[in-house]
Amino acid sequence: MLGARLAFILRRTLQAIPILLAIVVINFLLLKLAPGDAVDVLAGEAGSATPEYMAELRAKFGLDQPLPVQLFNYMAKVAVGDFGWSFRHEMPVAELVLQRLGPTLILMGATIVTAVGVGSLLGLLAATGLNTWRDTLISVLALVSYATPLFWVGLMLILVFSVNLGWFPTSGMETIAAFHTGWDRVWDILHHLVLPATTLSLFYLALYARLMRASMLEQSGMDYVTTARAKGLSDRRIVYRHVLRNALLPVVTMAGVQVSSLIGGSVIVETVFGWPGLGQLAFESLFARDLNLLLGIFLLSAVLVLVVNLAVDILYTVLDPRIELR
Amino acid sequence: MSGPLLDIRGLHVALPPGSDRAFAVEDVSFTVGEGEIVCVVGESGSGKSLTARAVMGLLPEPKVRASAGRIDFEGRDLLTLPPSERRALRGERLSMIFQEPMTALNPLMTVGRQIEEVLIVHAAKLTAAQRREKILALLDEVRLPDPPRMAASFPHQLSGGQRQRAMIAMALILDPKLLVADEPTTALDVTTQAQILRLIAELQARHGAGVMFITHDFGVVAEIAHRIVVMQHGRVVEAGTADSVLNRPAAPYTRALIAAIPSLTPAPRRPATSARTALRVTGLGKTYRMGGGLFSAARAVHAAKAVSFELKRGETMGIVGESGSGKTTVARCLVRLLKPDAGSIDLDGVDLAPLSRGALRPYRKRVQMVFQDPFASLNPRRTIGDILAEGPIVHGLAPAKARARARDLLGLVGLDPKVAERYPHEFSGGQRQRVGIARALALEPEVLVADEPVSALDVSVQAQVLRLIADIRERLGLSIVFITHDLRVAAQVCDRVAVMHRGEVVEQGVTAEVFAAPRHAYTRELFASVPGRDWIAPALDAPDGAAAQ
Repeated sequence: MLGARLAFILRRTLQAIPILLAIVVINFLLLKLAPGDAVDVLAGEAGSATPEYMAELRAKFGLDQPLPVQLFNYMAKVAVGDFGWSFRHEMPVAELVLQRLGPTLILMGATIVTAVGVGSLLGLLAATGLNTWRDTLISVLALVSYATPLFWVGLMLILVFSVNLGWFPTSGMETIAAFHTGWDRVWDILHHLVLPATTLSLFYLALYARLMRASMLEQSGMDYVTTARAKGLSDRRIVYRHVLRNALLPVVTMAGVQVSSLIGGSVIVETVFGWPGLGQLAFESLFARDLNLLLGIFLLSAVLVLVVNLAVDILYTVLDPRIELR
Repeated sequence: MSGPLLDIRGLHVALPPGSDRAFAVEDVSFTVGEGEIVCVVGESGSGKSLTARAVMGLLPEPKVRASAGRIDFEGRDLLTLPPSERRALRGERLSMIFQEPMTALNPLMTVGRQIEEVLIVHAAKLTAAQRREKILALLDEVRLPDPPRMAASFPHQLSGGQRQRAMIAMALILDPKLLVADEPTTALDVTTQAQILRLIAELQARHGAGVMFITHDFGVVAEIAHRIVVMQHGRVVEAGTADSVLNRPAAPYTRALIAAIPSLTPAPRRPATSARTALRVTGLGKTYRMGGGLFSAARAVHAAKAVSFELKRGETMGIVGESGSGKTTVARCLVRLLKPDAGSIDLDGVDLAPLSRGALRPYRKRVQMVFQDPFASLNPRRTIGDILAEGPIVHGLAPAKARARARDLLGLVGLDPKVAERYPHEFSGGQRQRVGIARALALEPEVLVADEPVSALDVSVQAQVLRLIADIRERLGLSIVFITHDLRVAAQVCDRVAVMHRGEVVEQGVTAEVFAAPRHAYTRELFASVPGRDWIAPALDAPDGAAAQ
């Protein structure tokens, strides 16, 4: 079993290489389609750049060469692990991106765990109390939080809990001036995490609550539930031992798909809360036409999505014995 | 305690307001004694399953509920017991086996664990080791091979028959006084069905439980019943000992039902009128490859292997076999829904097997198919008229003419031409199958491939549809390939039969000869498994003439 799992991971990793190559090429070409480049932005900020100076800059960045040559150069560098230089941040892209990966993973992880955990719980509560006040309340809450724009929720949470009540900090990931170490630092980061993670998870939580409710109701009508009743099991036991696990399967599938969209969703939340993650970095580099950096972020996101999908597939085989690793 | 084990008196099961009738079960009374097998027989909608559920306390309450009457079990009225006491009885004193072994077990829990749950809930004193010992002993008793491995298996790793055995083990683990079996063998192959029936009868004799056995199949009834209760439209129309009901049925409905059962003795055949061949299949092969990829070899399943037969003009050729025998694969190859890997399908000098989609087009209409499931094979969003006219229009007939033809066809299959404006959901199963036949006939085919056309239908409807098919064959001079798992149907319909087993034709010949003296061991096993083969239905002059075959 373990051997099969290892072989599966190895095979999927090998299969991911051509996918990643295709992603690099497509991203590169797409970004080149957009008008303007880094030199335009630099020149615009300098205020008075001569055409000669701009040409000189382009030559320096290699932007004067034909597109296929630029693509080839970029691919050749990526192949040896060199993701280029971010002129904007005056740092190697790899270093910059890895530095921002940590905060993004913390935010993503917290969000997914909260959204799936609390969402499934609410869905379960709604389904077991079908058509009672509990069900109605949860359904209304889910609808409201699903329909409210993310940035507005973020701003309102800041207004209420940071500005008025002063319970949580307004932005950032930690209190930099305090130089916390060890558990103090963990605590500090968690304290900063509450509002952004709540904002981001509220939206997804609604989705999972509704999915879980529907899934529970569908499973309750299955034949094996009648069998369980015929065995004389109590309703509680039927729900927790039989229905729940079956109902979770579609939720896990959905969670796997959504991790990728979370990276996109986190751009707004990271910007609103000044969270130093990949989303915010992508947002900035887009406006600075910092293509090397943007490409690096895209590639890392792609890797992230592939890794998460692999993890979900493996989790699925643990949850559902009918699925074999192939 | 005296009196019968289970005594149902004046039971009414009410349906929610707005249903097509107020009561699904009306004034039903019968008893099940200790150690007695009582078969409750009826067609779909007769209320037999709801009666069983009412006994078990498994009605989908509060919408459907037992509204009047008593169900006395061991002297106590089950209907007045509080829910907790009823639950305590379920699984311990009363237990149930269901129809679908595929879906009746939780797919995410091992079989052993699901059986163990009954013990955990009802026999809390047992230790884990005692529970395991009991489970393994019972799995052995229901004759599952290698009990420890079976207990550790998930349902999908077991075959249908094995799952049903596991269900039986689950139902019997606490030695219940009453076993309710709701069509427990309907979803199984005929050879598996025979084994499960023997198992139920044997375990019942050993454990002395009363059995309430729900079924629609008189063959099964003849096999195991001590007493019989016949239900129709929610009422009991006849009850009595197995011998009296089977051989001297009194109620008109029972007489009609028994008369509609196809006999295992092949009907006399007129000699083949034409020696011309309609379709010649030679060495047909189809292999499915599963899995496989960069790193592993594919697993090959030979769904059909070197299948050869010849269909004469105006003849009905039966292909008989159990699920997985490849009979449906052959049918789908004949109408070229599948592309065979090997062999030829010769239709009047044209080999259909290698043709591309485009090249096949002019020949498509000459071979048409009738599908098994009359519910799934008609598009629910189109009117009957549109469904019937679509094929001819695609093949170039003017829409107005095609619609006029559609009406004629409806008349031909015994439906009112006015129903062309209606949608499939407004029809019963038998009517839909008539529409399915009309749809196949719309293109004026020479060869009709019918894949289990009557398997989803009640026995009385089945007899009507079979008569319709025979009638149409005569009138239009069709040649028919008739796929079925039911030997009784094959005996009545087919001039010749081919028996398939694991993708191969093991035996073929004139129906009467194959039935009189089967040569292959598998064919003999198949015949030995037909339920109620020793019971010869009495010759009855059913009032609606359903007996004529």
